Amino acid sequence: MCGARDMAFPYLNMLSYWFYLAAVLILMTSFFVPGGATGAGWTLYPPQAISPGTPGIDGGILLMFASLSVFIAGFTMGGLNYVVTVLQARTRGMTLMRLPLTIWGIFMATVMALLAFPALLVAILMMLCDMLLGTSFFMPEMLNLGEQSGHEGGSPLLYQHLFWFFGHPEVYIVALPAFGIVSDILATHARKNIFGYRMMVWAIIIIGVLSFVVWAHHMFVSGMNPYFGFLFATTTLIIAVPTAIKVYNWVLTLWRGNIRLTVPMLFAIGFIFTFVNGGLSGLFLGNVTVDVPLADTYFVVGHFHMVMAVAPVLVVFGAIYHWYPKITGRMLDDTLGKVHFWVTFLGTYAIFYPMHFMGFAGVPRRYYGYGETAYIADSMQTLNAFMSVAAIIVALVQLVFFYNLVRSYFHGREAGPNPWQATTLEWQTEHTPPRHGNFGAQLPVVYRWAYDYSVPGAKQDFLPQNMPPEAVEADDAAPRRQP
Amino acid sequence: MSMTVSLVFLALLMAVFGGWLFSYSLRVRPWEAQAAGSRQVQGLGGGQVPPAATAPRVGLAVFLAVVASLFALTISAYLMRQEMAHDWRPLAVPGLLWWNSACLVLGSVALQLAWRAARHEQPARLLRGLLAGGGLTIAFILGQALAWWQLQATGHYLAANPANAFFFLLTALHAVHLLGGLFVWSRCLFRLQHGATPGAMRQSVELCALYWHFLLVVWGILFILLLRT
Repeated sequence: MCGARDMAFPYLNMLSYWFYLAAVLILMTSFFVPGGATGAGWTLYPPQAISPGTPGIDGGILLMFASLSVFIAGFTMGGLNYVVTVLQARTRGMTLMRLPLTIWGIFMATVMALLAFPALLVAILMMLCDMLLGTSFFMPEMLNLGEQSGHEGGSPLLYQHLFWFFGHPEVYIVALPAFGIVSDILATHARKNIFGYRMMVWAIIIIGVLSFVVWAHHMFVSGMNPYFGFLFATTTLIIAVPTAIKVYNWVLTLWRGNIRLTVPMLFAIGFIFTFVNGGLSGLFLGNVTVDVPLADTYFVVGHFHMVMAVAPVLVVFGAIYHWYPKITGRMLDDTLGKVHFWVTFLGTYAIFYPMHFMGFAGVPRRYYGYGETAYIADSMQTLNAFMSVAAIIVALVQLVFFYNLVRSYFHGREAGPNPWQATTLEWQTEHTPPRHGNFGAQLPVVYRWAYDYSVPGAKQDFLPQNMPPEAVEADDAAPRRQP
Repeated sequence: MSMTVSLVFLALLMAVFGGWLFSYSLRVRPWEAQAAGSRQVQGLGGGQVPPAATAPRVGLAVFLAVVASLFALTISAYLMRQEMAHDWRPLAVPGLLWWNSACLVLGSVALQLAWRAARHEQPARLLRGLLAGGGLTIAFILGQALAWWQLQATGHYLAANPANAFFFLLTALHAVHLLGGLFVWSRCLFRLQHGATPGAMRQSVELCALYWHFLLVVWGILFILLLRT
């Protein structure tokens, strides 16, 4: 999309993949060691994570730490490559302010990840020292199963600060590429330029920067100075401003567009709905006083699944439907795609929407069974069963998607080079799927931004980025502007 | 708040990047197409990236930002842990660290001279600079190991106190980064021994020298932190 033949450092690119694969394999190994895989959740909070009695303490947790460390090393190589490629390997004419928003989203997410992952690495190293060498970075003095732990004075809160310094930017590391991709899908399938391109770029950057100063909103119930609570609630709510700018711009891109309700477009519109819904419940949780009663309830589970699990996953699906024709040269089946979209979209609402009500009713998260719990109404159990059925249906419909992927690869309709009539460079390659080096003998030269759809006065419906102004045919039928 | 160290670092980094981008985005009208002869179409990114910023240099700069983030966060954790609990007993920094620091300073100077020799196509000087730089760095790492041993011998065990633990953690993290540098340095030396010209080595030596200077600055900050707390 930025007109490069390859990544800036191809060898490093390969190495980052093998590191990533090694990290996955190490993590998988943890399922087969004595004591099983980690049972400390994804947050790995000490002292529980490394105390006797926690599932995986015999080796599973250690392997998870090893896996994460290898992953961070691999990511640093890959991320560095992304940043340098975007900065250095762009083709002629591809200025920063002509980059498609997909690239902007990936670029900023990578920058954030490069700066945030070290926090996780430091936390892991310190936890490993506590676990293996007997230091007390995070481990307080405590009795465990009647025995003195041997640690003293360590601060679990310190771990939480480091973890969430990584953990909150991580949310936007997941979301920003989705923000970029959805912008490109919306513009292409609404045949309209993206509304407020520069604003969109700056919103991505501001969201990225602000995401580093909100981490403690995950710790409102861990205890902190009330002034810090106020500070972090404020910064959290401020993030809503650039985010809202993006949402308005997406909607305004659709406004009076020539909307084609293709499968990628359905997923993109589904994303806007889901992201707004998930984002609004974030306003509740960003306030300390509202967060305290809702913390660790199903409301939180509903919120973050809507905003950072379902919404970006809808975009990932949209992106696969959008770029599959370029990757394989064949179209995905439209009917199967629509079935996949509607069941997934409505199904995820059936799963995660009721969670908000359960959260208000005080149902806590992280328990697999509640037993005889007086304050949880029977209706909550019914709701839970309903959500489970919905989840099974949503899971099953993913089989339709995989079937579509495989079937279309062999029997799908021929896509041609540019089935969506898109402007960005990947659709202008000589071959579909693109061959090694992407662009044949000559790299494309870029003359315009990525959003020249329905340009007034031009005969073509879209002007590819590599189309020189001289090649644009004037539309004689178009009403001429009065001098 | 101790996380301020990390936040200040990030703010500086983002201010540089944001300022650079801001200067371009303000004057640009992205929706306007440019003719084939225009400045933007002629150069990479319209001259937005200075010619001196080659891919390896930018790659190193990004990597240094990541390493700086790692150390800034570890320093934040150090200060936070110091504030949070009452079991912190400051560690008397071994005097050997001054000698080690001198080795690292000289190592950095030697690599700077090696870089200069590569620029001026002087193979003998280049080899001397590289050997001195690497040798002094190995001396630094061995000196750090000796300081560890001294601390252990005087009863300042790793797990005895958080100040000790942080001393070991910070020095180990720094030494690991130097070892990474020494790996690249050994490849340079290998290439030089196998007939590579100074001109061909220039970029690798330059990146080594810059990396060493950076790690020297990091060590300076860590050393001051260890001395003052």
